[in-house]
Amino acid sequence: MTLARPVDDEVVVPTPSTHLGSRFAVTTILLALAIVAAAVISLGVGQYALSPAEVVGVLLQAVGIPNDWAPAAPTAAGVILDIRLPRIVEGLLIGAALAASGVLMQAIFGNPLADAAVVGVSSGAALGAAASLTFGLTIFGVWTTPAWAFAGGLVAVFAVYLISRSGGRTEVVTLLLTGIAINAIAGAGLAFLTFLGTTSTREQIVFWQLGSLNGALWQNIALIAPLILVGMIVSFAVARRLDLFALGERTARHLGVRVELLRVVVITTVALLVCAAVAFAGIIGFVGLVIPHLMRMAIGPAHLPLLITSALGGALLLSVADLVARTAVPLADLPIGMITSLVGGPFFLWLLVRTRRLSGGWA
Amino acid sequence: MNVPDTAGVAVGAVRLAASAVTVVPDGATRPILRDASLEVRAGEVHALVGPNGAGKSTLFGVLAGDIRATSGDVSLDGRMLGSIPARELARRRAVLLQQNTVAFAFTAEQVVRMGRAPWARTPAEAEDDRRVIAAMVATDVMPLAGRAVASLSGGERARVALARVLAQGTDVLLLDEPTAALDLRHQEDVLRLARMRASEAAAVAIVLHDLNAALAYADRVTLLDGGRVVASGSPAEVLTAESIEAVYAQPVDVFPHPLTGVPLVVPRR
Repeated sequence: MTLARPVDDEVVVPTPSTHLGSRFAVTTILLALAIVAAAVISLGVGQYALSPAEVVGVLLQAVGIPNDWAPAAPTAAGVILDIRLPRIVEGLLIGAALAASGVLMQAIFGNPLADAAVVGVSSGAALGAAASLTFGLTIFGVWTTPAWAFAGGLVAVFAVYLISRSGGRTEVVTLLLTGIAINAIAGAGLAFLTFLGTTSTREQIVFWQLGSLNGALWQNIALIAPLILVGMIVSFAVARRLDLFALGERTARHLGVRVELLRVVVITTVALLVCAAVAFAGIIGFVGLVIPHLMRMAIGPAHLPLLITSALGGALLLSVADLVARTAVPLADLPIGMITSLVGGPFFLWLLVRTRRLSGGWA
Repeated sequence: MNVPDTAGVAVGAVRLAASAVTVVPDGATRPILRDASLEVRAGEVHALVGPNGAGKSTLFGVLAGDIRATSGDVSLDGRMLGSIPARELARRRAVLLQQNTVAFAFTAEQVVRMGRAPWARTPAEAEDDRRVIAAMVATDVMPLAGRAVASLSGGERARVALARVLAQGTDVLLLDEPTAALDLRHQEDVLRLARMRASEAAAVAIVLHDLNAALAYADRVTLLDGGRVVASGSPAEVLTAESIEAVYAQPVDVFPHPLTGVPLVVPRR
């Protein structure tokens, strides 16, 4: 190709991608270090307090490395390995899943306000999970609750997608109104199930709506970890194609993306990640909204690095939020969904105002 | 990997062809495009012109593979468009739409680089940097490289989108009103680029509103009106005062440019 007009031979090629690449590396390392620090602190804090050295000692002992740091009392190992560690691991997994689901939803909606809780996917999943519980369903064995959560989440996310889009794009106002409607329908369903249920199922339904990592168990983690792993692998596999989606569906198609297929894969993956998050911990809102947004500001919008840092950021946010939930009020375990909403709600408002200003209206 | 070898396509060979294409939108009874035929040849700039609502965008959408023809065929290099896998299609033809909004704060350079996506994991990937830079220089968007596309003006965005299309490195180009948002100089730049790609044996289909641009830059013009092709041929044959007046319902004078002899269309005011 010849040039349209003479260009200086010395023309310097700016390379913002390299610059963003180094920011990605720094962000990833910082997040990973922060996660380790938060986990070690969180393992030590609580009614039964342990120093970070003692925590590390117990962990080393657990993997078969004898050391002098571990406290002699066997209670320490029990508290850490059976109570606190599963809770932290579950928090890390769910945080990563929710943040990744946010990235995926925002990519296919082309809209930074899409989030599992905001558009009602979490409520849909919670409704499915609550239904399986209220009616005492066991058809899929231990997988029953996650399976019903998946079904509920899938219906909700497809409904939102089909209803809120017109002409290949989603307007902010339509998306949010659709979310209100889906949340209302799922809320009515949950209310009905609460009404139908026994005292114990009622308690569980209420607990889902609040969201909590209390009572995390290794066997539950064994159920949701593979789901989240699969969801993450699919997310990473489609990340480059999600970049092309930012150009609009038609253009993505012109660039070789099989748009319909990608859309179905991404929506299903969102449902999978959200169901894994909701199945045992309930509705934990705004992680998928706040984290991807912060990460975009830090490293730019390219989806592969965004997914990696968002997963780490979501994991970090939930481990810190859970630490606050466990320790903010003595002898009380606050619902973590309340903490994330407390942070996420104002953030969402700020984002809303900013989006409105940038796009000059509600488009 | 299936890398199309189109380097040997002879000038004048039909690359993209629509034959007797009729489009009836879902739920409608009247076709918005009726029996339209068109051939875009290697080495030619083929302009689609016509008044608003003539069916230009519909025909363009059919050629791009976005709109399914209710009847009639569209083929690329002799193969039915619908039978070519999306990725392979993207290595053969590039499409520039009028709407070029970019969600999220992707930079101009990132967007242009997206044009190389169809070539990922092929030997052609080695050319990515060269193609991206060449396309950005050709469209004069190098100074915008690090800026978020969403923050650019309409004209700048249109040029970034054009750079993306050029970076795709195909020798079939479909451009829907590429000059619409541009100032005079950049309009001429874009048309010169289209001309230049045609001189390198590319087949270029371009929707234009500016009849003088079609007369000056196109090798072939297809004039549409009311969903039909009313004339197709060399610009001077198709764009006569009579045909323009009949289609646009606006009296015009057509006379040769005093220096170049290229016909000029001037509305009678």
